[in-house]
Amino acid sequence: MSASAVYILDVKGKVLISRNYRGDIDMSVIDKFMPLVMDREDDGNVTPIIQHGNVAFTYIKYNNLYLVSTTKKNANMSIVFSFLHKLVQIFLEYFKELEEESIRDNFVLIYELLDEVMDFGFPQTTDTKILQEFITQAKGIKYRKNEVFLDVIESVNLLVSANGNVLRSEIVGCIKMRVYLSGMPELRLGLNDKVLFESTGRGKSKSVELEDVKFHQCVRLSRFENDRTISFIPPDGEFELMSYRLNTHVKPLIWVESVIERHAHSRVEYMIKAKSQFKRRSTANNVEIILPVPADADSPKFKTTVGSCKYAPDQNSVVWTVKSFPGGKEYLMRAHFGLPSVIAEDSEGKPPIHVKFEIPYFTVSGIQVRYLKIIEKSGYQALPWVRYITQNGDYQLRTQ
Amino acid sequence: MWTGTKMTDSKYFTTTKKGEIFELKAELNSDKKEKKKEAVKKVIASMTVGKDVSALFPDVVNCMQTDNLELKKLVYLYLMNYAKSQPDMAIMAVNTFVKDCEDSNPLIRALAVRTMGCIRVDKITEYLCEPLRKCLKDEDPYVRKTAAVCVAKLHDINAQLVEDQGFLDLLRDLLSDSNPMVVANAVAAISEILDASPSAHQVLEMNSNTINKLLTALNECTEWGQVFILDAISNFTPKDDKEAQSICERVTPRLAHANAAVVLSAVKVVMKFMEMLEPQSDYVTMLMKKLAPPLVTLLSAEPEIQYVALRNINLIVQKRPEILKNEMKVFFVKYNDPIYVKLEKLDIMIRLTSQGNIAQVLAELKEYATEVDVDFVRKSVRAIGRCAIKVEQAAERCVSTLLDLIQTKVNYVVQEAIVVIKDIFRKYPNKYESIIATLCENLDTLDEPEARASMIWIIGEYAERIDNADELLESFLEGFQDENAQVQLQLLTAIVKLFLKRPTNTQELVQQVLSLATQDSDNPDLRDRGYIYWRLLSTDPAAAKEVVLAEKPLISEETDLIEPTLLDELICHISSLASVYHKPPSAFVEGRAGFRRALPPRSQSGNLTDEQPIVAEGGAPTQIPQATVIPGADSLLGDLLGMDLGPSMQQQMYPPAPVQSQTPVQSSMDLLGEGLDTLLGPTTTGGDALGGLGDIFGMPQSQAYVPPQEVWLTAAKGKGLEITGAMCRKNGQIFMEMTFTNRAMQTMGGFAIQFNKNSFGLMQAEPLNIQNQLYVGFQTKVLIVRSLSTH
Repeated sequence: MSASAVYILDVKGKVLISRNYRGDIDMSVIDKFMPLVMDREDDGNVTPIIQHGNVAFTYIKYNNLYLVSTTKKNANMSIVFSFLHKLVQIFLEYFKELEEESIRDNFVLIYELLDEVMDFGFPQTTDTKILQEFITQAKGIKYRKNEVFLDVIESVNLLVSANGNVLRSEIVGCIKMRVYLSGMPELRLGLNDKVLFESTGRGKSKSVELEDVKFHQCVRLSRFENDRTISFIPPDGEFELMSYRLNTHVKPLIWVESVIERHAHSRVEYMIKAKSQFKRRSTANNVEIILPVPADADSPKFKTTVGSCKYAPDQNSVVWTVKSFPGGKEYLMRAHFGLPSVIAEDSEGKPPIHVKFEIPYFTVSGIQVRYLKIIEKSGYQALPWVRYITQNGDYQLRTQ
Repeated sequence: MWTGTKMTDSKYFTTTKKGEIFELKAELNSDKKEKKKEAVKKVIASMTVGKDVSALFPDVVNCMQTDNLELKKLVYLYLMNYAKSQPDMAIMAVNTFVKDCEDSNPLIRALAVRTMGCIRVDKITEYLCEPLRKCLKDEDPYVRKTAAVCVAKLHDINAQLVEDQGFLDLLRDLLSDSNPMVVANAVAAISEILDASPSAHQVLEMNSNTINKLLTALNECTEWGQVFILDAISNFTPKDDKEAQSICERVTPRLAHANAAVVLSAVKVVMKFMEMLEPQSDYVTMLMKKLAPPLVTLLSAEPEIQYVALRNINLIVQKRPEILKNEMKVFFVKYNDPIYVKLEKLDIMIRLTSQGNIAQVLAELKEYATEVDVDFVRKSVRAIGRCAIKVEQAAERCVSTLLDLIQTKVNYVVQEAIVVIKDIFRKYPNKYESIIATLCENLDTLDEPEARASMIWIIGEYAERIDNADELLESFLEGFQDENAQVQLQLLTAIVKLFLKRPTNTQELVQQVLSLATQDSDNPDLRDRGYIYWRLLSTDPAAAKEVVLAEKPLISEETDLIEPTLLDELICHISSLASVYHKPPSAFVEGRAGFRRALPPRSQSGNLTDEQPIVAEGGAPTQIPQATVIPGADSLLGDLLGMDLGPSMQQQMYPPAPVQSQTPVQSSMDLLGEGLDTLLGPTTTGGDALGGLGDIFGMPQSQAYVPPQEVWLTAAKGKGLEITGAMCRKNGQIFMEMTFTNRAMQTMGGFAIQFNKNSFGLMQAEPLNIQNQLYVGFQTKVLIVRSLSTH
């Protein structure tokens, strides 16, 4: 526990706003922070926690801002980092963006928030819905049309070695909700959860084994532990109800093979083959294959059957975009770059190929929402809407 | 969205006129409410950018009496910042505070009590007591939860006052509050107070009953409150395994919480209480299965949280390797991981390496060794060496991978490879020496001390097989003075080895190095070693050979494991700064009492009384097998063998001692060891030695004086056995007074003591009078009569 103080600094280390929670560390200690970070960066020894004398600085970076907390106790670091990230989220919800200007524009409100979210270094209420009750007046919520939107979003994390072996493949799913319900309704969500199906004798039906499920604060965890029921009173508006992870090996949805021919001092040629390995009836939208190229490459030339290619020198890469990529297809792209005759001094390592995509109406895991029961005293009719989408997560294919 | 219709606040920052303070003063005293509020905002804006506006103190305090909540908050904020610099004027605010604590609006009551606690001015503190007492019993939970924290604030300013006023009892009562937020803050305040003053334990000690209440509140409170509660539970010691299991059962659902802090604190409770359960039981197996997925999921969190998680996983993997043994792949490094995440993942990968997954690991490491980040590449190369030492079957592949890397000629890769190859030679002697020729090709490129020292060690060790070993070593000798100390030491030893192996034509070289070491050096270590070699060589070359070319113990598989007692302590601190630093809190927290946390001993319900923790005989069979850590020691013998290449090497000096109850004592008891005797024998007379060493060991000059005991063997080095002692003289007899403290996890027994022959002629007059078993955490004092031997 116990953050002694929280600061928000600009990129140069100047304090934009701060709050002293415990008064046990001189606030001017923050002047040491930026030089320490710079030293660490020079030494290639950056860590998000820096000890200086008996003070530990713990920090995160957001846009061009540093959010820093100090302590001289054996503080709980998970709390401190979760809290700092939560703080960013709160500011974003209040101000839509978080940058130097939005802090100056709202400093009174930020002071109020800082006073409410932490006391003596202990995080307090950080739920914006509740904060609004203290800090901006909330109205009694009543909707004319009672609706709930459920988005089931699955992200595929993939790591493929240079010789084409899948090193890691993982699905991280989440269910996001937008709730517009009057009053304080009680909700119950039914999924085709394998553990639940087996315990209720429906083992044969199609179900998914959720490896590690994480729930929003509002879900009754002990209830889930007991009988796998997901029951909760939702906060109003948008929030992430749950997330889960599956380690089941699936065929990579978009497979990319690359042949790279480097002719030192003159040119480099790429041949990229992209293959969609999902059912024909699904289609991946907005597919982007981001191919790294040397920083000193010049005169790009592309050839492709489908989609368009764009050289993005600021990212040292080529972006090959295919707006619509149906299942079971295979497309080719060729790229050609000139290289300077003098070799650059800095070696660049071997950045991987990244792929972005979205496949609507489809989940890799096969997870399904079976029902969403809404129980409210007045007994109004509410409409649940469900959408499914699969997209790329951290999707990397290493290159030769 | 909240500021859409409002003007932004940035305008308050823009006043830069000369008479600013004067102008603000006027505005603060304006009759118009709106103007006042604007003025206070300007004051706060100035404060925010670091201007000193303390001169306005009385004027701002005058604005305090208002029913406008926003204005009140700003004035309070101002007060918190400046009260300390204006303590006398701060008193002016007291009345309003006291009044606000009775306001009809709970938000104002809470605000007042919260702010008062933050004004760290002694004079105000006494006025705080009555309002605080009322607020602790307020009808509104928001006020009560704020008052709970205020008790901790007050305790921090004046602990005595809090105890005298009975606030501790009131705080304890809040643990039974109907509102879970109040319970959570009360728990947080209690933990804080207990940490600062252990004397509060009498009042605040948790019992099974309170723990039960906390577990109930756990289901209802905020995510942060859950962490406070879990952390408090982790400090509780259940009365038996049944209670430990039932707490675990109620805590495990928290592993499914979205907040990483909740998850890690739940992991802490489970890791700690699992110690008390039957290791082979189905329940423990199930618990361990449950721990893996949430730990893996933490690696999808923000990078800073990943970092904390990885540092903790590093501990968990050492404590219970089974939990994550099948999860190697999740630790594979991604291109865009921050460097601090990459390095931690790498470390865990090596810990999880086994024969089953070595091929994959090696392929990954080879990939990493071609990255751009120098630190990461170095660590990857080092990791390949560690794999070779850990998995014998893979050693050959590792060596060939290292050779490939040496061929890249990338300077730091080559140097790092040579350092680890030296370790591989030590682990598998006479197996891979064929590659020495390749290594020698790279002599010129080595510019880092550790790499140079390693190469020199290799040359010395295999001098008989390297035709031009003398030339190579001679080439290093040229710049002897400029070398780093570790290179100098290594060079000295290597040349002596060369001489002992190939005496012809190397005599000049050895004389050269001995004279450089003994006459031209300021480094006492180097000089001492030089002299030792010199005497050995001149008095008894055969003995020299036996010492210098003695067969070396093999190095152990596991390097840089955390010493078990420390590891146990760190497990109790999972998620905290200590767990990230891998250091006990006392190492970086100022003024912390010497209170150390330790894992609870395993116990069974029914057959347990308070005084007699039952631990299986010898502790070994039922304990979960734990890797042995060999105590590091700057042993003289090690030096003579020239094996002091680095901290990891020193740890590997001794072969792992068999887990028998007696050995820890004996192996480290060489307090007045033979080494000293042989050394001092020829040069000084016995009497001198007695005088000199007597001082070192605190031998008394006068009869009555009994010196305080000094630590002779730290728990870290003695596998949990700490020995403090002192020499004293009583009734004309010499006594050695020793206190044995068991700081390990298990009972110790079978103590024996042996006095090596020593130059003082001291012998043991009575056997060691010590009870059979030394239980965990207990101490025993022994007095050993020592007599001078008769000759």
